[in-house]
Amino acid sequence: MSTSTPSAAGDERIKERSRLRNALVRPELGGICGTVLVFTFFLLTAADSGMFSPTGFLNWGTVSAQFAIIAVGACLLMIAGEFDLSVGSMIGFAGMSIAILGVTFGLPIWLAIVITFVLCTLIGGLSGYIVVKTGLPSFIVTLAFLFILRGFTIFLPQLIERKTIIGGISDAAEGDWLAPLFGGKVLNGLFVWLGDAGLIETFSRGSRQGQPVVDGVPMLVIWALLLIIFGHILLTRTRFGNWIFAAGGDAEAARNSGVPVDRVKILMFMFTAFCATVFATCQVMEFGSAGADRGLLKEFEAIIAVVIGGALLTGGYGSVIGAALGALIFGVVQQGLFFAGVESSLFRVFLGVILLMAVILNTYIRRLITGEK
Amino acid sequence: MSQPIIQMKSIEKHFGAVIALAGVSVDIYPGECHCLLGDNGAGKSTFIKTMSGVHKPTKGEILFEGQPMNFAVPRDAMNAGIATVHQHLAMIPLMSVSRNFFMGNEPVKKIAGIPFFDHEYANEVTMAEMRKMGINLRGPDQAVGTLSGGERQTVAIARAVHFGAKVLILDEPTSALGVRQTSNVLATIDKVRKQGIAVVFITHNVRHALAVGDRFTVLNRGSTYGTATRGDVTPEELQDLMAGGQELATLEGSLGGTV
Repeated sequence: MSTSTPSAAGDERIKERSRLRNALVRPELGGICGTVLVFTFFLLTAADSGMFSPTGFLNWGTVSAQFAIIAVGACLLMIAGEFDLSVGSMIGFAGMSIAILGVTFGLPIWLAIVITFVLCTLIGGLSGYIVVKTGLPSFIVTLAFLFILRGFTIFLPQLIERKTIIGGISDAAEGDWLAPLFGGKVLNGLFVWLGDAGLIETFSRGSRQGQPVVDGVPMLVIWALLLIIFGHILLTRTRFGNWIFAAGGDAEAARNSGVPVDRVKILMFMFTAFCATVFATCQVMEFGSAGADRGLLKEFEAIIAVVIGGALLTGGYGSVIGAALGALIFGVVQQGLFFAGVESSLFRVFLGVILLMAVILNTYIRRLITGEK
Repeated sequence: MSQPIIQMKSIEKHFGAVIALAGVSVDIYPGECHCLLGDNGAGKSTFIKTMSGVHKPTKGEILFEGQPMNFAVPRDAMNAGIATVHQHLAMIPLMSVSRNFFMGNEPVKKIAGIPFFDHEYANEVTMAEMRKMGINLRGPDQAVGTLSGGERQTVAIARAVHFGAKVLILDEPTSALGVRQTSNVLATIDKVRKQGIAVVFITHNVRHALAVGDRFTVLNRGSTYGTATRGDVTPEELQDLMAGGQELATLEGSLGGTV
């Protein structure tokens, strides 16, 4: 609009764009819309079911945090142009590794956790290395790891303990310095104070009479928040973040410009494995046991959260905040249907529908950004 | 003109039994636009890849600023100031212009010892550089995908110049462009040349070459007929040299001299 903007920089072929349209062209749009929609829906249908009481809050907050932890890893990896289908198996494997090392072999829990983190991150790095060096689709390579890791997770405890669930982790973790970082709760004092001040409910009878119904924020939630903040800053505010976008957008073009594409991709595979291990460690500390079937289908849940959050399956575009919102929608709906008294199998129907809607919306947004027809 | 910035002396390149280049000699001077013409398969691409460090010559010598050049990897050539703008652009459509502009060379600003991407600086430089090249962006966060082919070429050229290119190799920058976009790119080449940068412009379009070229080297089947200076050569002569004379002359006759 050269008439309305008489500056030399004006170009009559570039139409002024409304702020609304600019706001539309953001990866988080789908996530924001979905979040508003989901909360409105449950505020209307399940407000009196206790879903928005402190316990209800904690309930779906924790579930959302679980999704968020693996979604952050999957999100950065997807933006870097790759998938990891072995996340669920990695969760089972990492949990079993901690249990075998800590309970069966009697290592201190902190050492079992450290060894597991190193081991799992290296396995993630290995699948990344294979993807980068062979040029095979990460879909196939990590599908192989899905089966390999799950197989070991079932085989090893049977070989060593003749069972598929190893318990006794709570006892082993007693007094350990590292375990509370995954299984503990923080801000206990705040909730006691809130309870005393009458701001939140307290138990009115029983052995815990007078204590607040919510006794702290699980470390799982703290991990989720830390990973989201870390992932978001890494992606948007560092040069490495630029390399992640570049590696996923067009690996060849990125290489021509001197971006170490292979290194970026392998590191992102390692980060995804790290996130899966965080999830597994929190879960093992909470349950006090490791089971061979833990983490089943988690890879797909992570990918769905990421896609709802606006990332493109083809890579090069997406947002960690979006993925976190995707995880929040996921958690709220899964638990909300329970609060609203809806048959829980309908959750899967909802998942399918929202995934489809998200992908359609994303494709449309991509066209807006690139100006494709 | 002063000393040549690149001297290619009797370069030969063999790929197994195929002789891609059979002794080509070319001098490139700073501030000139040197057009490299040739039909498909003439050896243009092999020649510039040798110049930019992708291929090592089988025989012959390359001098860069008077020194024998021995680049192990293309990155060395880039660091020395030889930039190639590829046919397949090193641009990512989904990313913003400023993120693309600084891809691989991101400016960082340390906050509390942690290096962060300096978006403010990147945006400012990108807008300024693009304005210099005559492109008005909606904003530095505009996605490259929304730019036209010619504008993308210009971003790639501006980027190479900003990061200190002394020799700019353009591999058929105009081959897929419309008339208007082509003239934009040719105008950009002219601006770059006036900054004292040597431009090597690869094309098989004689008219594009004549529009900006100072000197012309025609490659044909791996060898050259030498270099002609602007004014010494007619479009028809260049066209004939590229096609190897004979056949095209006959063809041209039947098409009424329109090729």
